[in-house]
Amino acid sequence: MNKPLRRVAMAMMAMIVLLLANATYVQVIRADELRSQSGNQRTLYQEYSTPRGQLIANGKLLASSEPTGGERFKYERKYANGPAFSPATGFYSFVYGSKGVERSEDEVLNGNADSLAFNRLQGMITGEEKKGGNVELTLNPEMQRAAYQQLAGDGVRGSVVALNPQDGSILAMANAPSYDPNKFAGQSRNEQAEAWNELKDAPGDPMVNRATSTLYPPGSTFKLITAAAALESGKYDYDTQVTAAPSIDLPKSDATLPNYGNNTCGTMPTAPLWEAMARSCNTAFAEVAGDVGEQKLRETARSFGFGADLNVPMGVADSSLGEINGPAPLYQTGIGQRDVRMTPMQNAMVAAAIANDGKMMKPHLVDKTLAPDMSVLERTEPEQLSQAVPGDTAHTIRDMMVKAEQHAGNEGKISGVQIASKTGTAQHGSGKDPHGWYVAFAPAENPKIAVAAVVEDGGNVGANATGSKIAAPVARAVIRAGLQGGG
Amino acid sequence: MAPTETDPGTPSTSGSSAQEATNPPRTPNRRGIELVMLGFVAVLVTSALALISINQESQPGTQILYYGLAFLALFGLTHLAVRRWAPYGDPLILPLVAFLNGFGLVLIHRVDIGNATEPEGPAASAPSQVAYTAIGLVLFVLVLKVVSDHRTLAKYAYTCGLVGLVALALPAVLPGFIAPPINGAKLWIRIGSLSFQPAEFAKILLLIFFAAFLVSKRELFTTAGRRFLGIDFPRARDLAPVLVAWAASIGIVVLERDLGTSLLFFGIVLVMIYIATERAVWIAIGLSLFALGCVVAYPLFGHLQERVNAWLNPLTSGSSGYQLRKALFGMAEGGIGGSGLGGGRPAIVPYAKSDFILSTAAEELGLLGLAVFLLVYLLLTARGLRVALAARDSFGKLLAGGLAFTISFQVFVVAGGVTGLIPLTGLTTPFLAAGGSSLVGNYMLVALLLRISDSSRRPQQPSKPQPKQPPIAEAHTELVERPR
Repeated sequence: MNKPLRRVAMAMMAMIVLLLANATYVQVIRADELRSQSGNQRTLYQEYSTPRGQLIANGKLLASSEPTGGERFKYERKYANGPAFSPATGFYSFVYGSKGVERSEDEVLNGNADSLAFNRLQGMITGEEKKGGNVELTLNPEMQRAAYQQLAGDGVRGSVVALNPQDGSILAMANAPSYDPNKFAGQSRNEQAEAWNELKDAPGDPMVNRATSTLYPPGSTFKLITAAAALESGKYDYDTQVTAAPSIDLPKSDATLPNYGNNTCGTMPTAPLWEAMARSCNTAFAEVAGDVGEQKLRETARSFGFGADLNVPMGVADSSLGEINGPAPLYQTGIGQRDVRMTPMQNAMVAAAIANDGKMMKPHLVDKTLAPDMSVLERTEPEQLSQAVPGDTAHTIRDMMVKAEQHAGNEGKISGVQIASKTGTAQHGSGKDPHGWYVAFAPAENPKIAVAAVVEDGGNVGANATGSKIAAPVARAVIRAGLQGGG
Repeated sequence: MAPTETDPGTPSTSGSSAQEATNPPRTPNRRGIELVMLGFVAVLVTSALALISINQESQPGTQILYYGLAFLALFGLTHLAVRRWAPYGDPLILPLVAFLNGFGLVLIHRVDIGNATEPEGPAASAPSQVAYTAIGLVLFVLVLKVVSDHRTLAKYAYTCGLVGLVALALPAVLPGFIAPPINGAKLWIRIGSLSFQPAEFAKILLLIFFAAFLVSKRELFTTAGRRFLGIDFPRARDLAPVLVAWAASIGIVVLERDLGTSLLFFGIVLVMIYIATERAVWIAIGLSLFALGCVVAYPLFGHLQERVNAWLNPLTSGSSGYQLRKALFGMAEGGIGGSGLGGGRPAIVPYAKSDFILSTAAEELGLLGLAVFLLVYLLLTARGLRVALAARDSFGKLLAGGLAFTISFQVFVVAGGVTGLIPLTGLTTPFLAAGGSSLVGNYMLVALLLRISDSSRRPQQPSKPQPKQPPIAEAHTELVERPR
């Protein structure tokens, strides 16, 4: 019986070898894949057992990791002024993953980024615990707070985006209603689930980042693009006379298109283009749009960034002109009605490009990444996306916007600062109050801040709401906060 | 492999006996090696225990030293018993088992700590496992003392077989209050607060039965019968026990929902037939029967399909793959070197101290640690096979071979299941996993191995040199000759 016994011995050895080979496959070859699986709590616990890096803006701490004294989660995320900053910071949850900069800069924050390899090596030698790197945001905390307070304080829904026109830094990005990321930072799965469900069903979608992902009809703010297309077509300049009729018949349809309140554009039968802009005359711009044509309008919109995939680092929804079939829709598109849709971010980019001599800079939220000892790892270099319009065209539009500011109400005016602006009042379906828009930059001669504000559904005013009544004060407060804070 | 007779360097036919120490000196029984090895194991286990408390950031107290000493004392006493009742037994088996058992205690303690931090976590198992270790060692000694000659076991072959089968089937047929289904499997008998798994003991009894039965029928298997397709087929009535075994193992799956035991059982029977008959064709027949069983059973049993699905897609198979998924994540976290004892999070894996204790080992001690455990098992089973090769009687050979294979096959089924090599089945990891029945049963199993090895290495009175002594002459086979 010895021969079979020896064969059985061989079989046993083969079994053990198989087991060893398979264990090697699992623990070495597939290890990384398994570690990065979603639903792998261990990776998460690992992350919660090291201090995650901080999110900083202009010396202010927005998010930090505090020791909990617990066993499973040694650190917990804390957000200062959570709801105001959550559109930028996002949240970090072991149940729902992460969002915002917490997500896009995860590698740096958890200390696994390649740029932190040297720090990890150092830690290995000195035996210090692993620390995450820090991320400095471009936000101006005063402006951000002002933006959020303006919206949330009034209890309205809306969004504000402020950019530095010269380098594309996002100075403010606020939404209302907003959510508090601290609610997803805790250690209790149930509490998080409760908060999540509550916010998911809450009125006004507080979890949505309106600034980058909600597409609004832009209303009259779109006239900036129509004007740019007109100037670029070569048929128009600052003083070109356009119709001043209180209402026009749309071609090839029996609908009419009136000015706001059925007013004539000024006192003459015709008005110069700048006055049509200043008074925001629908009839004039509808005809101008019809004159320059769909192709030119689309071309100009594209040069301003419509339809371009953009990450700031969160993805920005594509703004678009929608379908334009026929002259009547083209007329309506020219005044930002019909199917035109823009994000607040896109509208702020239009203002910023006009402010920056037509050069459109790429908006970005991350200023630099820092090692745990605050030495700079990487700085975001300003990046030009396009030359939206030539410099002189930009200056012409700026001059029109300075005139327009005189018609945009006085609420929240800042003495000694010349703002260039354009308001918008966007109808969106019957029975609903209009959205109010205000895009602007200031100071007009040397722009430091470009801003777009939208307040939904008439804000606190209702059916008589206009951009100058509900959105302008919000944006001006943000500009004031920025200019006073040396922004 | 090892030489067939005895250890190298110990001429077995030296003609010297324990009584008359002429030349050459007495056969060394190498018990001293065993003691040294046990001491070494005790040091290893104590160090591991100390590492846990260091990694858990608590000071290792003198208590750990006492634990280590107690461990050494326990196995020291066992060692003395071996000296007394099996002086020529293999010196490596007990230290290897002590190594596994000791590290099992360490890992169970480690998971207990992890569970303690969680609300509603399972209760600590380390203290009861220590108690089971003591009970296991007592029974180990008892087996050595009572079974003074393993050949007497052959006399009780049918008794063993019957009792074994009954024990195996008992939980399935008993009502729920005595045999509650745990995790969908009815394997347990609960009397008061004590519960045990009869299958662990039935395993050994059935091994004894099969060894005795096959040894008595060996010739019939290979001679009587008819040739068909170039294969010698035995007569149907000689084939019957194999078919019974196969049917019983399928029955276990149906009644107790215990895939592991049925697989183990079937594997053992197959390998023992192969060893007894020396014909590989039995393996082929067995495997085809096994395949047939699988094909028939697969569509019928939902839990079987679930297991296979969990094995094929552990990451995407929802709740059925949950356990394996968690185990794989743990092992991946451990990597090559492991997180260190007390540095990982093994308690995340369900059943981290019983069914999944190998994944606990793999996480905290890494691939290297897991490899050590697997190699210790390989050593243990290799020693077991040496015992089989060296045994002087066919019954001992077959029994030892079966016992050794049982250990290694169990390890293969468990470790393969936990690491995703084969579908997961519920078997215990011998000596390592938390569980009293399995520990005590396996101690009895190695006691039999030691007994057989003692008898084969014991210096014999010089007898007339017989060129070939039929080993069967030693076996008591009167019982087998019953007419049917």
